Amino acid sequence: MTTPNAPESADRAVAAAHTVSTAGAAAPSLPANLAASTRMRTPMAEFWRKFKRQKLALFAGVFIIALVLVAILAPWIVPYDAENFFDYDALNSPPTAKHWFGVDSLGRDIFSRILVGARISLAAGFVSVAIGAVIGAILGLLAGYYEGWWDRCVMRMSDVLFAFPGILLAIGIVAILGNGMINVIMAVAVFSVPAFARLVRGNVLALKQQTYIEAVRSIGAPDRVIMLRHLLPGTVSSVVVYLTMRIGTSIITAASLSFLGMGAQPPTPEWGAMLNEARSDMLNAPHVALFPSLAIFVTVLAFNLLGDGLRDALDPKLDN
Amino acid sequence: MYRYLLKRLLGLIPTLLIVAVLVFGFVHMLPGDPARLAAGPEAGPETIELVRKDLGLDLPLHQQFVRFFSNALQGDFGKSIRTKRPVSQEIAERFGPTFWLTVMAMAWSVVLGMFLGIVSAVWRNQWPDRLGMTLAVSGISFPSFALGMLLMQYFSVKLGWLPTVGADSWKHYVLPSLTLGAAVAAVMARFTRSSFIDILKEDYVRTARAKGLKETVVVIKHGLRNAMIPVVTMMGLQFGFLLGGSIVVEVVFNWPGMGRLLVDAVEMRDYPIIQALVLLFSLEFILINLVVDLLYAWINPTIRYR
Repeated sequence: MTTPNAPESADRAVAAAHTVSTAGAAAPSLPANLAASTRMRTPMAEFWRKFKRQKLALFAGVFIIALVLVAILAPWIVPYDAENFFDYDALNSPPTAKHWFGVDSLGRDIFSRILVGARISLAAGFVSVAIGAVIGAILGLLAGYYEGWWDRCVMRMSDVLFAFPGILLAIGIVAILGNGMINVIMAVAVFSVPAFARLVRGNVLALKQQTYIEAVRSIGAPDRVIMLRHLLPGTVSSVVVYLTMRIGTSIITAASLSFLGMGAQPPTPEWGAMLNEARSDMLNAPHVALFPSLAIFVTVLAFNLLGDGLRDALDPKLDN
Repeated sequence: MYRYLLKRLLGLIPTLLIVAVLVFGFVHMLPGDPARLAAGPEAGPETIELVRKDLGLDLPLHQQFVRFFSNALQGDFGKSIRTKRPVSQEIAERFGPTFWLTVMAMAWSVVLGMFLGIVSAVWRNQWPDRLGMTLAVSGISFPSFALGMLLMQYFSVKLGWLPTVGADSWKHYVLPSLTLGAAVAAVMARFTRSSFIDILKEDYVRTARAKGLKETVVVIKHGLRNAMIPVVTMMGLQFGFLLGGSIVVEVVFNWPGMGRLLVDAVEMRDYPIIQALVLLFSLEFILINLVVDLLYAWINPTIRYR
């Protein structure tokens, strides 16, 4: 059903299939005679062929998977307890064989704290973006499909949300809900919603003009089926690219709020909160600030590189 | 052009109204009783009632809103709970440092970002591109508060070249504006590059080259002007990002600006200040977006005749 009507070449067909079907969808059955010059590929295979050429993005993806595993296993693999182990003989010690990333001013092992902190930061990034993407996608899908007053309403609301700089909105929400990581995640989710709503709406408006949508409509498919089975999959590739980038941004925003003292509270080893704690001792122990900074940087960098790679692999315009 | 301007200005009114309602509602969504907060922890029930009357919190909601709105239009946001001084006065003192910090950060980051973007596009897939884009992707990945702390540690503490905190001389502006602008420069570089790559593929660029023009003329005269259109839009969006980013950077550098005032106010539950600042920040953001749209329409005539 997602097969384009009469593509001139298999390559074009695959590129078009990308824009109208999910990257992971089943193989569209292309007319065989068109595949004479180019070998036939499913959208997934085509995506993989382009994506695996991007070594950096591939590496970033592997790194993120490893990081997720580390985050899940953190409580069992840390060398020391992240909150309740104090090495009083090594206060502010720089990195040693015993403490790989050194020790902070209270005697806690920074390496262990970074590993446990990965759990919090990744959870904050994934959960807030997932909430924002799901709500935003539903609103955008409905707005783009039905247009009319509902569309104007949704777009006006996102205009209003866009009228606040992101972190300001988050600070306002945290001021109402109170400090804490859960509230930070909610706040970050709220300002992801309008971005996803606009993205999906724009995609749906364009996809609605395609012939295959006219076709499903003419065989009498209900709105729900058209939206969920025929329009939503078409938005997946751009949503996935944006989602990946957005996770990086959200990790930074969540860490910023913790750094400002509004998110995770000490002694929780959240990376932003660790940096805030390290501020008072920058003179004696700059390494206490260095490692959480690097942790945030490397994690966000990995998401951005992965996002860049996905975009290049999914964008049919770059097909040359 | 005037019709477009009028249309855009009228279009702002609903957005502004909703923002005002939200900011007004903010106080009512805060946990706890604002009158009790304003009266202070030792106040008895009579005092709290007096304060409630004084703040107008005993009036029906719609009357409160009218009062809030007309007061806000006259620049009256009440008194700070912490210092007991008028909010407008507190904010007026903090406006300058934040404004100049934002402008300086914007200036250097746009110039550097566009330069990196153009260089990367012209030498696409060669070493200047790789270097420029590595810098750019690092720039968007490095959190500003961490960058600020590291810059301060190195240039102020270790080398002693620049002051650490305060906003008294131009030297004080160097590190905070670098920190604030880094992410913007990175975004601008990436954006300029992709918009420039598209432009360089255009037929009129090929024609210009075929005429035998020097490559620098082709890039600057035929490329830059056309690439400016999307770049200007991006610049406006980044201004909003700078306004938000200044909140974090001001805390790192103990900057006497509006961002730090906001963070302190949230900590102290100083709601009149929070209310006024949120309104002011969003107002600024909306106005900047308007200016960008107008600029955009001025550069690209097809927009204003739509």
